[in-house]
Amino acid sequence: MKYLANVSTLNYDLEKCTGCRRCVEVCPQAVFEMRDKRAAITDKDLCMECGACAKNCEFGALTVNSGVGCAAAIINSLINGGPPSCDCGGGASSCCG
Amino acid sequence: MQIQTLQFVKKTPPPPWAIGSISTPVGAVYRVLNDWSRADYWGMLRSRIGAFRMNYSVTPGLYAVGEPTQDSDVFVTANYKLTFDILRRSLKGLNAWILVLDTKSINVWCAAGKGTFGTDELVNRITQTKLDSVVNHRRIILPQLGAVGVNASAVQKQTGFRVAFGPVQAGDISAYVEAGYKKTKEMSTIRFSLLDRLILTPMELNPTLKKYPWFAAGVLLLFGLQPAGLLFKQAWFGGLPFLVMGLIAVFAGAFVTPVLLPFVPFRSFAIKGWIVGMLLTLLAVRGFGIMDGRGWTLHAATYLFFPALASYIALQFTGSTTYTGMSGVNKELKLGIPVYLGTAAVSLLLVVLFKLQEWRVL
Repeated sequence: MKYLANVSTLNYDLEKCTGCRRCVEVCPQAVFEMRDKRAAITDKDLCMECGACAKNCEFGALTVNSGVGCAAAIINSLINGGPPSCDCGGGASSCCG
Repeated sequence: MQIQTLQFVKKTPPPPWAIGSISTPVGAVYRVLNDWSRADYWGMLRSRIGAFRMNYSVTPGLYAVGEPTQDSDVFVTANYKLTFDILRRSLKGLNAWILVLDTKSINVWCAAGKGTFGTDELVNRITQTKLDSVVNHRRIILPQLGAVGVNASAVQKQTGFRVAFGPVQAGDISAYVEAGYKKTKEMSTIRFSLLDRLILTPMELNPTLKKYPWFAAGVLLLFGLQPAGLLFKQAWFGGLPFLVMGLIAVFAGAFVTPVLLPFVPFRSFAIKGWIVGMLLTLLAVRGFGIMDGRGWTLHAATYLFFPALASYIALQFTGSTTYTGMSGVNKELKLGIPVYLGTAAVSLLLVVLFKLQEWRVL
Protein backbone atom coordinates (compact mmCIF):
# COMPACT_ATOMS: atom_id res chain seq x y z
CA MET A 1 0.00 0.00 0.00
CA LYS A 2 1.24 3.45 -0.87
CA TYR A 3 0.08 6.85 0.32
CA LEU A 4 0.00 10.12 -1.65
CA ALA A 5 2.75 10.58 -4.25
CA ASN A 6 5.44 13.27 -4.09
CA VAL A 7 4.68 14.52 -0.59
CA SER A 8 7.45 12.93 1.50
CA THR A 9 10.00 15.38 2.88
CA LEU A 10 12.74 12.72 2.97
CA ASN A 11 16.08 14.11 1.84
CA TYR A 12 19.16 12.02 1.20
CA ASP A 13 22.71 13.23 0.64
CA LEU A 14 24.70 10.49 -1.08
CA GLU A 15 27.98 12.33 -0.43
CA LYS A 16 27.62 11.93 3.33
CA CYS A 17 26.70 8.22 3.26
CA THR A 18 29.34 5.87 4.63
CA GLY A 19 27.41 2.70 3.85
CA CYS A 20 26.79 1.71 7.50
CA ARG A 21 23.42 0.13 6.60
CA ARG A 22 21.65 1.65 9.63
CA CYS A 23 18.90 3.16 7.46
CA VAL A 24 18.23 -0.19 5.78
CA GLU A 25 18.03 -1.73 9.25
CA VAL A 26 15.53 0.77 10.69
CA CYS A 27 13.22 1.66 7.79
CA PRO A 28 9.89 -0.20 8.15
CA GLN A 29 8.89 0.58 4.55
CA ALA A 30 11.97 -0.71 2.70
CA VAL A 31 12.70 2.75 1.30
CA PHE A 32 16.46 2.02 1.31
CA GLU A 33 18.65 -0.64 -0.21
CA MET A 34 22.42 -0.98 -0.60
CA ARG A 35 23.89 -0.16 -4.01
CA ASP A 36 27.67 0.02 -4.52
CA LYS A 37 28.27 0.00 -0.74
CA ARG A 38 26.05 3.02 -0.20
CA ALA A 39 22.41 3.48 0.63
CA ALA A 40 20.03 4.19 -2.22
CA ILE A 41 16.36 5.17 -2.19
CA THR A 42 14.11 2.58 -3.81
CA ASP A 43 10.85 4.52 -3.90
CA LYS A 44 10.40 7.78 -2.03
CA ASP A 45 6.60 7.48 -2.11
CA LEU A 46 6.91 4.51 0.27
CA CYS A 47 8.29 6.85 2.95
CA MET A 48 5.87 7.51 5.83
CA GLU A 49 8.12 10.13 7.47
CA CYS A 50 8.50 8.19 10.72
CA GLY A 51 11.98 9.65 11.17
CA ALA A 52 13.78 6.45 12.21
CA CYS A 53 16.44 6.81 9.49
CA ALA A 54 17.25 10.44 10.20
CA LYS A 55 17.36 9.76 13.95
CA ASN A 56 19.89 6.98 13.44
CA CYS A 57 22.04 8.33 10.60
CA GLU A 58 25.28 9.22 12.37
CA PHE A 59 26.60 11.10 9.38
CA GLY A 60 23.71 13.48 8.74
CA ALA A 61 23.03 12.05 5.31
CA LEU A 62 19.31 11.79 5.95
CA THR A 63 16.77 14.39 6.96
CA VAL A 64 13.00 14.15 7.09
CA ASN A 65 10.29 16.34 8.50
CA SER A 66 8.85 13.64 10.73
CA GLY A 67 5.71 13.85 12.78
CA VAL A 68 2.37 12.35 13.62
CA GLY A 69 0.53 11.41 10.43
CA CYS A 70 -2.85 11.46 12.11
CA ALA A 71 -5.74 13.63 10.95
CA ALA A 72 -7.17 14.04 14.44
CA ALA A 73 -3.79 15.11 15.81
CA ILE A 74 -3.26 17.65 13.04
CA ILE A 75 -6.79 19.07 13.41
CA ASN A 76 -6.25 19.39 17.16
CA SER A 77 -3.00 21.23 16.60
CA LEU A 78 -4.74 23.59 14.16
CA ILE A 79 -7.42 24.37 16.73
CA ASN A 80 -5.35 24.42 19.91
CA GLY A 81 -1.93 25.31 18.55
CA GLY A 82 1.30 23.43 19.15
CA PRO A 83 2.68 20.49 17.22
CA PRO A 84 0.43 17.52 16.37
CA SER A 85 0.62 14.87 19.08
CA CYS A 86 -1.00 11.52 19.76
CA ASP A 87 -2.68 12.83 22.90
CA CYS A 88 -5.97 13.48 21.19
CA GLY A 89 -7.20 16.52 23.02
CA GLY A 90 -5.02 15.61 25.99
CA GLY A 91 -6.28 14.16 29.22
CA ALA A 92 -7.29 10.57 29.68
CA SER A 93 -8.29 9.63 26.18
CA SER A 94 -5.83 8.88 23.42
CA CYS A 95 -6.15 7.48 19.95
CA CYS A 96 -2.70 6.04 20.13
CA GLY A 97 -2.48 2.52 21.34
CA MET B 1 27.24 -17.06 37.59
CA GLN B 2 25.19 -19.45 39.62
CA ILE B 3 21.53 -19.42 38.85
CA GLN B 4 18.95 -20.73 41.22
CA THR B 5 15.28 -20.34 41.58
CA LEU B 6 14.35 -18.40 44.67
CA GLN B 7 10.97 -19.14 46.01
CA PHE B 8 10.32 -17.15 49.16
CA VAL B 9 12.46 -14.10 48.70
CA LYS B 10 10.18 -11.39 47.34
CA LYS B 11 8.04 -9.56 49.84
CA THR B 12 5.37 -8.55 47.37
CA PRO B 13 3.64 -11.38 45.54
CA PRO B 14 4.92 -11.84 41.99
CA PRO B 15 2.70 -10.69 39.12
CA PRO B 16 0.36 -13.42 37.84
CA TRP B 17 2.36 -13.72 34.62
CA ALA B 18 5.60 -14.50 36.50
CA ILE B 19 6.79 -17.76 37.98
CA GLY B 20 9.43 -17.45 40.71
CA SER B 21 12.55 -15.42 40.26
CA ILE B 22 16.15 -15.73 39.22
CA SER B 23 19.06 -14.44 41.24
CA THR B 24 21.51 -12.11 39.57
CA PRO B 25 24.51 -10.13 40.86
CA VAL B 26 22.14 -7.20 41.29
CA GLY B 27 19.29 -9.05 42.97
CA ALA B 28 16.34 -11.26 42.17
CA VAL B 29 14.58 -10.85 38.84
CA TYR B 30 11.11 -12.20 38.09
CA ARG B 31 10.94 -15.00 35.58
CA VAL B 32 8.01 -14.52 33.18
CA LEU B 33 5.70 -17.18 31.84
CA ASN B 34 5.60 -17.62 28.09
CA ASP B 35 2.02 -18.78 27.83
CA TRP B 36 -0.94 -16.46 28.22
CA SER B 37 -3.52 -16.98 30.93
CA ARG B 38 -7.21 -16.31 30.49
CA ALA B 39 -6.66 -12.93 32.16
CA ASP B 40 -4.04 -12.03 29.55
CA TYR B 41 -6.44 -12.81 26.69
CA TRP B 42 -9.20 -10.86 28.41
CA GLY B 43 -6.83 -7.92 28.87
CA MET B 44 -5.93 -7.99 25.19
CA LEU B 45 -9.58 -7.97 24.21
CA ARG B 46 -10.41 -5.06 26.51
CA SER B 47 -7.43 -3.00 25.39
CA ARG B 48 -8.38 -3.50 21.73
CA ILE B 49 -11.82 -2.03 22.40
CA GLY B 50 -11.47 1.00 24.61
CA ALA B 51 -9.89 3.13 27.28
CA PHE B 52 -8.81 0.09 29.35
CA ARG B 53 -5.60 0.28 27.32
CA MET B 54 -4.62 3.56 28.92
CA ASN B 55 -3.52 1.96 32.18
CA TYR B 56 -2.66 -1.53 30.98
CA SER B 57 0.97 -1.71 32.04
CA VAL B 58 3.77 -3.70 33.65
CA THR B 59 6.41 -2.32 36.01
CA PRO B 60 9.48 -1.17 34.06
CA GLY B 61 12.73 -3.01 34.76
CA LEU B 62 14.48 -6.28 34.11
CA TYR B 63 12.78 -9.68 33.68
CA ALA B 64 14.02 -13.16 32.85
CA VAL B 65 12.79 -15.66 30.26
CA GLY B 66 13.71 -19.32 30.72
CA GLU B 67 17.15 -19.77 32.32
CA PRO B 68 19.19 -16.81 31.12
CA THR B 69 22.92 -16.52 31.82
CA GLN B 70 25.35 -13.64 31.61
CA ASP B 71 25.72 -14.38 27.91
CA SER B 72 22.02 -14.33 27.08
CA ASP B 73 20.42 -11.78 24.78
CA VAL B 74 18.63 -8.71 26.14
CA PHE B 75 15.36 -7.71 24.45
CA VAL B 76 14.08 -4.21 25.10
CA THR B 77 10.36 -3.44 25.07
CA ALA B 78 7.62 -1.04 26.15
CA ASN B 79 5.62 -1.32 29.37
CA TYR B 80 2.27 -1.53 27.60
CA LYS B 81 1.11 -4.90 28.93
CA LEU B 82 -0.13 -6.15 25.55
CA THR B 83 3.27 -5.38 23.96
CA PHE B 84 5.05 -7.12 26.84
CA ASP B 85 2.71 -10.13 26.57
CA ILE B 86 3.33 -10.51 22.84
CA LEU B 87 7.09 -10.37 23.45
CA ARG B 88 7.17 -12.95 26.27
CA ARG B 89 5.01 -15.28 24.20
CA SER B 90 7.36 -14.87 21.22
CA LEU B 91 10.40 -15.68 23.36
CA LYS B 92 9.11 -19.14 24.21
CA GLY B 93 11.96 -21.67 24.14
CA LEU B 94 14.66 -18.99 24.43
CA ASN B 95 16.72 -18.02 27.46
CA ALA B 96 16.88 -14.26 27.52
CA TRP B 97 16.47 -11.05 29.48
CA ILE B 98 13.70 -8.55 28.90
CA LEU B 99 14.35 -4.89 29.68
CA VAL B 100 11.06 -3.02 30.01
CA LEU B 101 11.18 0.75 29.48
CA ASP B 102 8.69 3.14 31.06
CA THR B 103 6.60 4.20 28.07
CA LYS B 104 3.54 5.17 30.13
CA SER B 105 1.72 2.02 29.01
CA ILE B 106 1.99 2.92 25.32
CA ASN B 107 3.18 0.50 22.63
CA VAL B 108 6.67 0.70 21.12
CA TRP B 109 5.92 2.57 17.91
CA CYS B 110 3.64 5.24 19.35
CA ALA B 111 5.91 5.65 22.37
CA ALA B 112 8.93 6.01 20.09
CA GLY B 113 7.05 8.71 18.17
CA LYS B 114 6.38 10.54 21.43
CA GLY B 115 9.95 9.99 22.60
CA THR B 116 9.09 7.97 25.72
CA PHE B 117 10.52 4.86 24.09
CA GLY B 118 13.61 6.95 23.57
CA THR B 119 17.36 7.33 23.97
CA ASP B 120 17.18 8.93 27.43
CA GLU B 121 14.77 6.42 28.91
CA LEU B 122 16.82 3.51 27.52
CA VAL B 123 20.09 4.91 28.88
CA ASN B 124 18.50 5.55 32.29
CA ARG B 125 16.94 2.10 32.43
CA ILE B 126 20.23 0.39 31.51
CA THR B 127 21.95 2.32 34.31
CA GLN B 128 19.18 1.84 36.86
CA THR B 129 18.93 -1.94 36.34
CA LYS B 130 22.76 -2.24 36.36
CA LEU B 131 22.48 -4.23 33.16
CA ASP B 132 26.27 -4.17 32.76
CA SER B 133 26.54 -6.31 35.90
CA VAL B 134 23.82 -8.74 34.82
CA VAL B 135 25.32 -9.59 31.43
CA ASN B 136 28.95 -9.92 30.26
CA HIS B 137 28.34 -8.80 26.71
CA ARG B 138 27.48 -5.30 25.51
CA ARG B 139 24.66 -5.73 23.01
CA ILE B 140 20.92 -5.15 23.30
CA ILE B 141 18.17 -5.96 20.83
CA LEU B 142 15.43 -3.39 20.27
CA PRO B 143 12.24 -3.76 18.30
CA GLN B 144 12.84 -2.14 14.93
CA LEU B 145 9.96 0.30 15.31
CA GLY B 146 11.70 1.69 18.41
CA ALA B 147 14.26 3.28 16.06
CA VAL B 148 11.91 6.24 15.66
CA GLY B 149 12.78 7.29 19.21
CA VAL B 150 16.17 5.72 19.91
CA ASN B 151 19.47 6.99 18.54
CA ALA B 152 21.60 3.83 18.56
CA SER B 153 24.97 5.56 18.43
CA ALA B 154 24.06 7.88 21.31
CA VAL B 155 23.07 4.86 23.42
CA GLN B 156 26.39 3.18 22.66
CA LYS B 157 28.37 6.30 23.53
CA GLN B 158 26.56 6.71 26.85
CA THR B 159 26.32 3.09 28.01
CA GLY B 160 28.70 1.00 25.95
CA PHE B 161 25.82 -1.15 24.76
CA ARG B 162 25.56 -1.63 21.03
CA VAL B 163 21.99 -1.47 19.76
CA ALA B 164 20.73 -3.95 17.20
CA PHE B 165 17.28 -3.27 15.80
CA GLY B 166 15.56 -6.64 15.55
CA PRO B 167 12.49 -7.56 13.54
CA VAL B 168 9.36 -5.39 13.38
CA GLN B 169 7.20 -8.22 14.68
CA ALA B 170 8.07 -10.04 17.91
CA GLY B 171 6.86 -13.22 16.22
CA ASP B 172 9.95 -13.16 13.97
CA ILE B 173 12.45 -13.05 16.86
CA SER B 174 13.26 -16.79 16.94
CA ALA B 175 13.88 -16.83 13.19
CA TYR B 176 16.03 -13.70 13.54
CA VAL B 177 18.12 -15.25 16.32
CA GLU B 178 18.47 -18.54 14.43
CA ALA B 179 19.62 -16.69 11.32
CA GLY B 180 22.51 -15.22 13.29
CA TYR B 181 20.77 -11.93 14.11
CA LYS B 182 20.07 -11.21 10.47
CA LYS B 183 16.78 -9.83 9.21
CA THR B 184 15.13 -10.68 5.95
CA LYS B 185 13.38 -7.86 4.09
CA GLU B 186 10.04 -9.28 5.26
CA MET B 187 11.14 -9.14 8.90
CA SER B 188 12.03 -5.46 8.64
CA THR B 189 8.99 -4.33 6.68
CA ILE B 190 5.75 -3.47 8.41
CA ARG B 191 2.65 -5.09 7.01
CA PHE B 192 -0.96 -3.99 7.16
CA SER B 193 -3.02 -7.08 6.54
CA LEU B 194 -6.79 -7.34 6.47
CA LEU B 195 -6.66 -8.85 9.97
CA ASP B 196 -4.42 -6.00 11.20
CA ARG B 197 -6.95 -3.49 9.89
CA LEU B 198 -9.93 -5.39 11.26
CA ILE B 199 -8.38 -5.45 14.75
CA LEU B 200 -8.11 -1.65 14.65
CA THR B 201 -11.74 -0.98 13.72
CA PRO B 202 -13.23 -1.13 17.24
CA MET B 203 -11.03 1.84 18.15
CA GLU B 204 -12.27 3.67 15.05
CA LEU B 205 -15.94 2.91 15.70
CA ASN B 206 -15.89 3.43 19.46
CA PRO B 207 -14.66 7.06 19.65
CA THR B 208 -16.82 8.04 16.66
CA LEU B 209 -19.96 6.54 18.15
CA LYS B 210 -19.30 8.48 21.36
CA LYS B 211 -20.00 11.64 19.36
CA TYR B 212 -23.10 10.15 17.75
CA PRO B 213 -25.54 11.27 20.49
CA TRP B 214 -24.69 14.91 19.64
CA PHE B 215 -25.49 14.28 16.00
CA ALA B 216 -28.72 12.49 16.99
CA ALA B 217 -29.75 15.32 19.31
CA GLY B 218 -29.17 17.84 16.51
CA VAL B 219 -31.24 15.85 14.02
CA LEU B 220 -34.13 15.31 16.43
CA LEU B 221 -34.12 18.98 17.33
CA LEU B 222 -34.18 20.04 13.68
CA PHE B 223 -37.09 17.80 12.80
CA GLY B 224 -38.98 18.16 16.05
CA LEU B 225 -38.98 21.93 15.95
CA GLN B 226 -42.44 23.02 14.82
CA PRO B 227 -44.35 26.28 14.99
CA ALA B 228 -46.29 24.65 17.83
CA GLY B 229 -43.11 23.79 19.76
CA LEU B 230 -40.87 20.78 20.02
CA LEU B 231 -42.94 17.79 18.89
CA PHE B 232 -41.78 14.27 19.66
CA LYS B 233 -43.67 12.57 16.83
CA GLN B 234 -42.23 14.86 14.16
CA ALA B 235 -38.78 14.58 15.66
CA TRP B 236 -38.87 10.79 15.57
CA PHE B 237 -40.54 10.16 12.20
CA GLY B 238 -38.83 13.06 10.46
CA GLY B 239 -35.43 12.37 11.94
CA LEU B 240 -35.29 8.57 11.88
CA PRO B 241 -33.92 8.19 8.32
CA PHE B 242 -31.17 10.67 9.15
CA LEU B 243 -30.29 8.85 12.36
CA VAL B 244 -29.92 5.66 10.31
CA MET B 245 -27.91 7.49 7.64
CA GLY B 246 -25.56 8.79 10.35
CA LEU B 247 -24.87 5.24 11.51
CA ILE B 248 -24.32 4.17 7.90
CA ALA B 249 -21.77 6.96 7.42
CA VAL B 250 -19.93 5.90 10.60
CA PHE B 251 -19.98 2.30 9.39
CA ALA B 252 -18.66 3.38 5.97
CA GLY B 253 -15.86 5.54 7.33
CA ALA B 254 -14.78 3.68 10.44
CA PHE B 255 -15.31 0.08 9.37
CA VAL B 256 -15.79 -0.58 5.65
CA THR B 257 -13.09 1.82 4.42
CA PRO B 258 -10.39 0.58 6.86
CA VAL B 259 -11.16 -3.08 6.21
CA LEU B 260 -11.36 -2.77 2.41
CA LEU B 261 -8.60 -0.13 2.28
CA PRO B 262 -6.43 -1.47 -0.58
CA PHE B 263 -9.50 -2.42 -2.63
CA VAL B 264 -11.07 1.05 -2.62
CA PRO B 265 -9.63 3.14 -5.48
CA PHE B 266 -7.36 6.19 -5.01
CA ARG B 267 -4.65 6.72 -2.41
CA SER B 268 -6.33 9.59 -0.61
CA PHE B 269 -8.23 8.47 2.49
CA ALA B 270 -10.71 11.29 2.05
CA ILE B 271 -11.60 10.06 -1.45
CA LYS B 272 -11.69 6.41 -0.36
CA GLY B 273 -14.08 7.29 2.45
CA TRP B 274 -16.25 9.43 0.18
CA ILE B 275 -16.57 6.61 -2.38
CA VAL B 276 -17.58 4.04 0.25
CA GLY B 277 -19.91 6.57 1.89
CA MET B 278 -21.54 7.43 -1.45
CA LEU B 279 -22.03 3.76 -2.36
CA LEU B 280 -23.67 2.99 0.98
CA THR B 281 -25.78 6.17 0.77
CA LEU B 282 -26.97 5.15 -2.70
CA LEU B 283 -27.73 1.67 -1.41
CA ALA B 284 -29.78 3.04 1.49
CA VAL B 285 -31.66 5.64 -0.56
CA ARG B 286 -32.15 3.81 -3.86
CA GLY B 287 -31.97 0.19 -2.68
CA PHE B 288 -33.87 0.42 0.59
CA GLY B 289 -35.86 3.57 -0.07
CA ILE B 290 -34.91 5.09 3.24
CA MET B 291 -35.75 8.61 2.01
CA ASP B 292 -38.93 7.72 0.15
CA GLY B 293 -41.59 10.40 0.33
CA ARG B 294 -39.08 13.16 1.14
CA GLY B 295 -38.55 16.15 -1.10
CA TRP B 296 -35.58 17.16 -3.16
CA THR B 297 -34.08 19.30 -0.40
CA LEU B 298 -33.65 16.36 1.96
CA HIS B 299 -32.41 14.10 -0.85
CA ALA B 300 -29.80 16.64 -1.85
CA ALA B 301 -28.74 17.16 1.77
CA THR B 302 -28.39 13.39 2.20
CA TYR B 303 -26.22 12.91 -0.87
CA LEU B 304 -24.06 15.87 0.11
CA PHE B 305 -23.66 15.35 3.82
CA PHE B 306 -23.32 11.63 4.49
CA PRO B 307 -20.60 10.71 1.95
CA ALA B 308 -18.65 13.75 3.22
CA LEU B 309 -19.12 12.57 6.79
CA ALA B 310 -17.88 9.08 5.86
CA SER B 311 -14.92 10.72 4.12
CA TYR B 312 -14.04 12.75 7.22
CA ILE B 313 -14.28 9.68 9.46
CA ALA B 314 -12.16 7.61 7.05
CA LEU B 315 -9.51 10.33 7.13
CA GLN B 316 -9.16 9.73 10.88
CA PHE B 317 -7.90 6.24 10.12
CA THR B 318 -4.63 7.79 8.91
CA GLY B 319 -3.69 7.89 12.59
CA SER B 320 -3.82 4.11 12.83
CA THR B 321 -2.29 2.92 9.58
CA THR B 322 1.27 1.73 9.20
CA TYR B 323 2.08 3.68 6.04
CA THR B 324 0.63 7.21 6.05
CA GLY B 325 2.90 10.19 6.73
CA MET B 326 2.34 13.67 8.09
CA SER B 327 2.92 15.56 4.82
CA GLY B 328 0.26 13.49 3.07
CA VAL B 329 -2.30 13.93 5.84
CA ASN B 330 -1.55 17.66 5.89
CA LYS B 331 -2.22 17.85 2.18
CA GLU B 332 -5.51 15.98 2.52
CA LEU B 333 -6.65 18.23 5.35
CA LYS B 334 -5.66 21.43 3.56
CA LEU B 335 -7.92 20.49 0.68
CA GLY B 336 -10.46 18.59 2.76
CA ILE B 337 -11.37 20.89 5.64
CA PRO B 338 -12.82 23.70 3.45
CA VAL B 339 -14.77 21.09 1.48
CA TYR B 340 -16.12 19.48 4.65
CA LEU B 341 -17.11 22.80 6.18
CA GLY B 342 -18.70 23.96 2.92
CA THR B 343 -20.61 20.71 2.52
CA ALA B 344 -21.89 20.84 6.08
CA ALA B 345 -23.02 24.45 5.63
CA VAL B 346 -24.86 23.76 2.36
CA SER B 347 -26.49 20.65 3.84
CA LEU B 348 -27.70 22.66 6.80
CA LEU B 349 -29.08 25.35 4.46
CA LEU B 350 -30.99 22.68 2.53
CA VAL B 351 -32.51 21.34 5.75
CA VAL B 352 -33.46 24.88 6.79
CA LEU B 353 -35.05 25.35 3.37
CA PHE B 354 -37.00 22.14 3.96
CA LYS B 355 -38.16 23.41 7.34
CA LEU B 356 -39.33 26.68 5.82
CA GLN B 357 -41.33 24.74 3.20
CA GLU B 358 -42.70 22.46 5.91
CA TRP B 359 -43.82 25.43 7.93
CA ARG B 360 -45.29 26.95 4.76
CA VAL B 361 -43.18 30.04 5.16
CA LEU B 362 -42.03 29.61 1.58
